[in-house]
Amino acid sequence: MTSHGPTVLRVCRAVLGPMDAEDAWSETFLAALRAYPTLRPGSNVEAWLVTIAHRKAIDQARARARRPLPVDPLRERPASSKADRSDDDLWAAMQALPFKQRVAVAYHYVVGMPYADVAALTGGSQDAARRAAADGIATLRKTYGEGGPR
Amino acid sequence: MMTTHEPGEPERSDLFVALPAIDEGTMRRLHGRLAREAQTAGLLDVAYRTIDSPVGPLLLAATAKGLVRVAYRCEDHEKVLERLARDLSPRILHAPGRLDAAAKEIDEYFAGLRQGFDLPVDLSLARGFRRLVLTRLRAIGYGQTASYAAIAVAAGNPKAVRAVGTACATNPLPVVVPCHRVVRSDGSIGQYVGGVEAKKTLLTLEAAA
Repeated sequence: MTSHGPTVLRVCRAVLGPMDAEDAWSETFLAALRAYPTLRPGSNVEAWLVTIAHRKAIDQARARARRPLPVDPLRERPASSKADRSDDDLWAAMQALPFKQRVAVAYHYVVGMPYADVAALTGGSQDAARRAAADGIATLRKTYGEGGPR
Repeated sequence: MMTTHEPGEPERSDLFVALPAIDEGTMRRLHGRLAREAQTAGLLDVAYRTIDSPVGPLLLAATAKGLVRVAYRCEDHEKVLERLARDLSPRILHAPGRLDAAAKEIDEYFAGLRQGFDLPVDLSLARGFRRLVLTRLRAIGYGQTASYAAIAVAAGNPKAVRAVGTACATNPLPVVVPCHRVVRSDGSIGQYVGGVEAKKTLLTLEAAA
């Protein structure tokens, strides 16, 4: 199960940003340990873990919305060249995306899930998931990708 | 014109595939935290770690009852962990802390500083006659040997010499439950779960003390 640890951490970073990712990772695996005996043999463990991580992400996003002082992760970052930008910058840039776009990008592009599975997880149609991911990627290109305003 | 990838969908390699692998130190730290939190929540059924030894890396696994598995590299540690998850509990984590005492005793044994193990053991991976044989093995003293036939007698079934061999070959706790002290009646060394070379190393170590 913990062989999927790095993938789940990427999902948590992509959806929640580097700050909250580790708490969500821990909560995901604790929940998985709790529920593991009910998992049917032969199940796709990675997809199952991503599903749990998704629920934790929704919980955290709600908790974050209730916090009194939201912090814009893009605002206080020091300028850096593309070469020494760590992946944390990408995760931080993702935090500016609407939740639906963020999860669609995370599950399709970071985990590699087909849009049908993304839609099953996030609700809505496959086309909606595809559009959300495309919109998210388009925004990331402007805020993070090459040629965009920095 | 049809294109090979869908409109609006950029190539995979673009933003995400070039991401660096997640730092090993980060994963270690997260696993450590998970092991502690799982233990506190009563969700850690099997803890494991590996240690180095003169007979190669050994996998150690423990339940709440005690040491439940010692495995040689030739047994394939990944497969051993898969079987532990299947046979004992899927709540299995790398949690070295729970195995500190076992690791210390095994280190002392290989250093020639310890002749018997005080650590609690969990024999739940062995059943029936095999388990009975394992309990008899613990009576063979450090530096001594016994024949498969003698153990069969001690286990109350003199004809079960082959079954004693099987019990030794499937011993879930080699080194700690000393199946290496069981040799053939003609004095030759016989087989061993960790390979004959490992058996020779253990018997030589014990003979030197």
